[in-house]
Amino acid sequence: MILIDDVVKTHGTLVAVDDVTMQLGTGVTAIIGPNGAGKSTLLAAIGRLVGTDAGVITVDGMDVATTRSREIARRLAILRQDNHLAIRLSVEELVGYGRFPHGGTGRTADDRVHVDGAIDLLDLDGMRARFLDELSGGQRQRAFVAMAVAQDTDHLLLDEPLNNLDPRHAVGLMKLLRRLADERDMTIVVVMHDINVASQYADDVVAMRDGRVVHHGPVADVITAHNLTELYETPARVDEIAGRRVVLWE
Amino acid sequence: MSTAVRTRASTVFRSTRVRLGILSALALVAIALYLTTDLPRAWEYALALRWRTVAGMVIAASAVGVSTVLFQTITANRILTPGIMGFDSVFLAIQVITAFVIGPAILVAAPPLVSWGIELVLMAGTVTLLYWWLFVRRRLDLHVIVLAGLVLGVLFRSVTAFLQRLLDPDTFAIVQNLVFASFTSIDRELLLPAGIVVAVAIASLWPLRRSLDVLSLGESTAISLGVDHRRVVLHVIIAVSAMVAASTALVGPVTFLGLLVANLAYGAVGHRHLRSVPAAIAIGTLALVGGQLILDRVLGFATELPVVIEFVGGLFFIILILTGRAR
Repeated sequence: MILIDDVVKTHGTLVAVDDVTMQLGTGVTAIIGPNGAGKSTLLAAIGRLVGTDAGVITVDGMDVATTRSREIARRLAILRQDNHLAIRLSVEELVGYGRFPHGGTGRTADDRVHVDGAIDLLDLDGMRARFLDELSGGQRQRAFVAMAVAQDTDHLLLDEPLNNLDPRHAVGLMKLLRRLADERDMTIVVVMHDINVASQYADDVVAMRDGRVVHHGPVADVITAHNLTELYETPARVDEIAGRRVVLWE
Repeated sequence: MSTAVRTRASTVFRSTRVRLGILSALALVAIALYLTTDLPRAWEYALALRWRTVAGMVIAASAVGVSTVLFQTITANRILTPGIMGFDSVFLAIQVITAFVIGPAILVAAPPLVSWGIELVLMAGTVTLLYWWLFVRRRLDLHVIVLAGLVLGVLFRSVTAFLQRLLDPDTFAIVQNLVFASFTSIDRELLLPAGIVVAVAIASLWPLRRSLDVLSLGESTAISLGVDHRRVVLHVIIAVSAMVAASTALVGPVTFLGLLVANLAYGAVGHRHLRSVPAAIAIGTLALVGGQLILDRVLGFATELPVVIEFVGGLFFIILILTGRAR
């Protein structure tokens, strides 16, 4: 359970997150909105990567600004867009780092279970010994997701995780997030641009614009032609195909 | 049969612990050669001098090797070094300004420990404040920090050059002596305190070794994994400043060694600090002592130590890149 209460974050004179209050529970929540809406900043603030100027964010009742970082890391994992590494690591080593918050080295029996499980879930078994700089962008992306999965948290925040992925792996990742939410009761928050993917795999959608939350609710309530047209200032049509909401830009 | 043996040998060699052992052994061999070859008949005095030189080189090698590895860890970068970021030039500027303000008389007359201590505090304090402000307070992006470091380096070097021109010839001679690294005229009284500062700085990082491994994954990943980023970075900046300051005040600027030593260490034993930090110390020692050995006994002092080290080190570096080990 993530509670966001009156959170404000400014960059100089620009108000990136403008007085946001909301509650994010178990399931997959997609955050959508135009560029510069403050989606990534809000996600980073929840993941204590950036401080806030006002307001309180709690994860399972713990204030992310004051609780020990290690304590938060056992409950929440966050993955950002650019995951460039300056050092040379194999997939297995990277995923092993996911055990750090639990005091693990990635090499104990308990750690092995989580690391192997994560590598298996992300379909990385064939490349566990490969170095990250030898992998494609999409494979590297999945390795980082596997690290976050190995972190074994109840909350997972992902910033545009589909960016480098082809349809096969994008669908694979969304299905995985669905499974994690359904089977492990996780709270998963994903910033994404692809509204069709959001409508297919998310439970709830948060629509942001100019730092504010303009809509927050189940897919059926938020993904409407009227809402999207207003949100993106671009005429949109929403149809149902095979029982799913699909957006077409005019 | 022979293939099996060869495979086994290569597996053993691939173990980072074995490689670290080999590097340490090589460093010790270099020290032994430096101490024992070509001793004159009245060997007691020469040996005592050589011990002092070796001790100074080990201190400097540890300081520069460890500080470069750590600096690259907190910046998640493999090219930045304290030297590139202008630590040296700040130190030189402080020494010249000190000489300029208080005059050479006091500089020469004061007990070495006192002037070394004052320099140490001034250097470490300035650099800590400067880089704490750049890295943590302003949270500048890496490219801006590099640029700032380069500009600050030029600024401090220009100030140094300008002030040197204003100095009278006597003071200039004293200052000029500080500007080049020298291992053959080390003050014996300062060896122990400098060694203690460097050893304490390195020891203070021991509890952080795993956090440092995580930190080299980059800031946001490290925070996500629960590293207290601000605290660890501040700790590293203080330790690095103290180490480099202690060593610079002892033997002069030695950070030219850093880039080479750190990258050779990664190439040899990888990025875990438990291995890369000792490897950097061993390689740094090997480079300084081996370089001095070549300079003394082979080249007959025909050139400067940095020239020897950078020539030999550069060759190794190219080999590492060509064989695809150093990435």
